Amino acid sequence: MSVLIDKKTKIIVQGFTGKMGSFHAEEMIKYGSNVVGGVTPGKGGMNHLNLPVFNTVKEAVKNTGASASILFVPPAFAADSAMEAADAGIKTCVAIVDGIPSHDMIKIKRYMRRYSRTEKMTLVGPNCAGVISPGKAMLGIMPGHIYKEGKIGIIGRSGTLGYEAAQQLKNLNIGVSTSVGIGGDPINGSSFKDILEKFEQDDETEAVLMIGEIGGPQEVAAGKFAKENMKKPVIAYIAGLTAPKGRVMGHAGAIVSAYGESAVEKVELLKECGVIISKNPSVMGETVKSALNSKT
Amino acid sequence: MDIHEYQAKKILSGFGVTIPRGGIAYSPENAENKARELGGSKWVVKAQVHSGARGKAGGIIICNSSLEVAQAADKLLGKKLVTNQTGPEGKITNRVYIEEATDIKKELYLGLVFDRSSESIMVVASTEGGMSVEEISKKKPETIIRSKIEVAVGMQKFQAREIAFGLKIEPNLIARAADTIIGCYRAFSELDATMVEVNPLVISNQDQILALDCKMSFDNNALFRRNQVSELRDKTQENPNEVYASDRGLNYVSLDGNIGNIINGAGLAMASMDMIKLAGGEPANFLDVGGGATPEKIVKAFKLISMDEKVKVILINIFAGINRCDWVAEGIVQALEKIDIKVPIVIRLAGTNVEKGNKILKESKIKYIEANTLEDAANKAVKALGN
Repeated sequence: MSVLIDKKTKIIVQGFTGKMGSFHAEEMIKYGSNVVGGVTPGKGGMNHLNLPVFNTVKEAVKNTGASASILFVPPAFAADSAMEAADAGIKTCVAIVDGIPSHDMIKIKRYMRRYSRTEKMTLVGPNCAGVISPGKAMLGIMPGHIYKEGKIGIIGRSGTLGYEAAQQLKNLNIGVSTSVGIGGDPINGSSFKDILEKFEQDDETEAVLMIGEIGGPQEVAAGKFAKENMKKPVIAYIAGLTAPKGRVMGHAGAIVSAYGESAVEKVELLKECGVIISKNPSVMGETVKSALNSKT
Repeated sequence: MDIHEYQAKKILSGFGVTIPRGGIAYSPENAENKARELGGSKWVVKAQVHSGARGKAGGIIICNSSLEVAQAADKLLGKKLVTNQTGPEGKITNRVYIEEATDIKKELYLGLVFDRSSESIMVVASTEGGMSVEEISKKKPETIIRSKIEVAVGMQKFQAREIAFGLKIEPNLIARAADTIIGCYRAFSELDATMVEVNPLVISNQDQILALDCKMSFDNNALFRRNQVSELRDKTQENPNEVYASDRGLNYVSLDGNIGNIINGAGLAMASMDMIKLAGGEPANFLDVGGGATPEKIVKAFKLISMDEKVKVILINIFAGINRCDWVAEGIVQALEKIDIKVPIVIRLAGTNVEKGNKILKESKIKYIEANTLEDAANKAVKALGN
């Protein structure tokens, strides 16, 4: 098992025929993902990368049975595409795009409240590298080869820092069940807690590495969830020790504006929740390793 | 993006919020004329800089004659105002706002922000206006009223009334106060704001409800659809290197240390800066060239860092994914052939084709210190400071 996607998951690409959509669709196919087609409004009926193109997500789902999608549409249209996916019955949707207005993100999340818990789509991102279940499928833009198949779940806000973690784990011969990039925006589709919940239920995941950063309440909320609901160990690193208060550090969501949002404060609050802290970013892999050792 | 007080006031007044009469001036003569135009016998001259706490810093001057208005404008214009929010370098005052003075009966606080935990818009209000919201929550937390607004339907009248009654506003002014609060909400939601703060919101002796000072910030990601907002950007209020960076698609924040950074990805950038700090150094900047780290971006990044005189060592940390290390290495070599960098450079490459990348760097003519891990890179950068 893995979370969100596996070898069989049928994937469509929204914004399929564009430059980004085409490039990453090919990368995903090379990795072994089951890409079954794509959507570009107005180009329905065409073939692209030997796969069918549809005008709407509903048509694509009806004809291919797809349950996952990845968005490569410009920020101004991304909210519309995400809601279209939700309405078409897509179960997992990854939004890679950086630059979606916060008001639009709120709109998407309000829109999705119409669906029951079982029908509701899991939106991952925006402003993220996507999801990979190593050895099975990739629904994202990461370099697949740096991930070794295994039993650690990764949840992170940052793309390249997530790669760093995956490589540290690989160097220690530790693999990953699924890695989920939830993105660096202040309001995102899935929170750390949402994904922790999925990893706790996944038989194949033994421990979870959370890679957080300054800004917002999500890391601490996830820590509280772990304390109350999880048996699996959770390891965390929080980036941004040197970030000054009130400044946006690259990610729109990486800004310290209230108590509990700085790296030092988050680390303290996470420790209180029993989360194992990786004291610096170069020992994320080793911290996971020692957590696994003390578990057995 | 932040805007000036007078710009925020103009926006709010378009949403039905009452503001004191006033006008903007760029010179002392200009200011004196504005005061005459406004009439009356008492004015306030306010430095327009992107910062709060201007009063304590001497940026707000009360004047009793138009001559005093001219003198106040002369004192403020062209000078840097240093407040507890601007940092020691301060911010330049290029315009002053001349406003008729208000007879204040009561000062209130009204703020609207995104609440990240409930993912809605939160109104924060207090009877203790004039203090910063941080100060209020320390000194008078019991006076703080919070109201969560469901964005799908917008702010309801009853919510605005509840806030107004919570602010102990007299019954005959409640309807007016509620309209003011709803006006602020509409400005927030219709213009993609991230913050609206009216502090103080005052009740005057004439029973007017006035926005005496206000601040607004906007979502940079939404500026593409808010032309009337984006044209209010005042680059003189931003750090010049940060303006240079944002105009070239780089994410840059200037800091106080002396180790310059060029990194791909915001998270990895923050992590690398953490490592510098743990190794005993201080970063001179945050700089994310984007996950892709294209050669063009790397050239721009070197140019930017070379403009910063604080920088004594440069640390480059690139984790290449789809973009390969050999490609990134070529970009670095090209950049260093174009730009003459006098300080030591530490380079750490990781990810796809790292061996090829390091080989290209070694075989090139560039002088650099090779590092293998995050920790190694930070240690070597700090060590290079001593050389």
